[in-house]
Amino acid sequence: MQVRVLFFGVLKDLAGQSSDSLTLPEHATLGDVLAHYQTRIVGLGNLSASLAMSVNQQYAASETQLRSGDEIAFLPPVSGGLN
Amino acid sequence: MPLECLRCAQIVRERIDVSCFANKIKCPEDGAIVAFEGVVRNNSRGRRTLFLDYEAYDEMAITQMNGLIEKALSQFAIREAVIVHRIGRLQIGETSVAVIVASAHRAAAFDACRWLIESLKQTVPIWKKEYFEDGAVWAPGEPFPAEIQRPRDQPSQKPASN
Repeated sequence: MQVRVLFFGVLKDLAGQSSDSLTLPEHATLGDVLAHYQTRIVGLGNLSASLAMSVNQQYAASETQLRSGDEIAFLPPVSGGLN
Repeated sequence: MPLECLRCAQIVRERIDVSCFANKIKCPEDGAIVAFEGVVRNNSRGRRTLFLDYEAYDEMAITQMNGLIEKALSQFAIREAVIVHRIGRLQIGETSVAVIVASAHRAAAFDACRWLIESLKQTVPIWKKEYFEDGAVWAPGEPFPAEIQRPRDQPSQKPASN
């Protein structure tokens, strides 16, 4: 199945792109997507403990099962609002 | 700018006219309107700031901000609330976010407004990059609160090098 992956903030800089398309086996989880990119994006491993991820614009945990067409995002700690 | 839906959040790319929103949200039952503006400061952690770039995961940010407004409406005795966040390049002194709350009595309006901006800073997917004379950094951001669902780290998959 194919999913779309978005990168924001500092993670976008580390990934070198703002979006990617990923082909995954059926029953893949969000944790599988994190693991996939941890081996491919230098510096992602160091940030894994602080980042969040979303599936179809909802915060999600590792166990979340993915479906074809899902939109996944890597979200660093947010810094909107004021200083 | 269309304002049919006041009980909602907006992401904009142009200057926020806070008094315009405050005037439009007002209703005869209101005894208080509290408006907060987050403004770009000229310094950050001892460095002189030149300007900021804000970026957002737009659809998710609006959903999250709308969720905060719904929570505020249920937790505080307020009638209405609106959040407007600006993204793109902002200069010193410009307003990056406005939170406007209307209620019959001022105590609830102050409390709800504060709660909304404090909560927004923790969960809404918007990020800012700070530009200084000698470089630029993504602002570190606050840790996600415990109630946010997050992936567990996968230590067995970490790259060998550091």
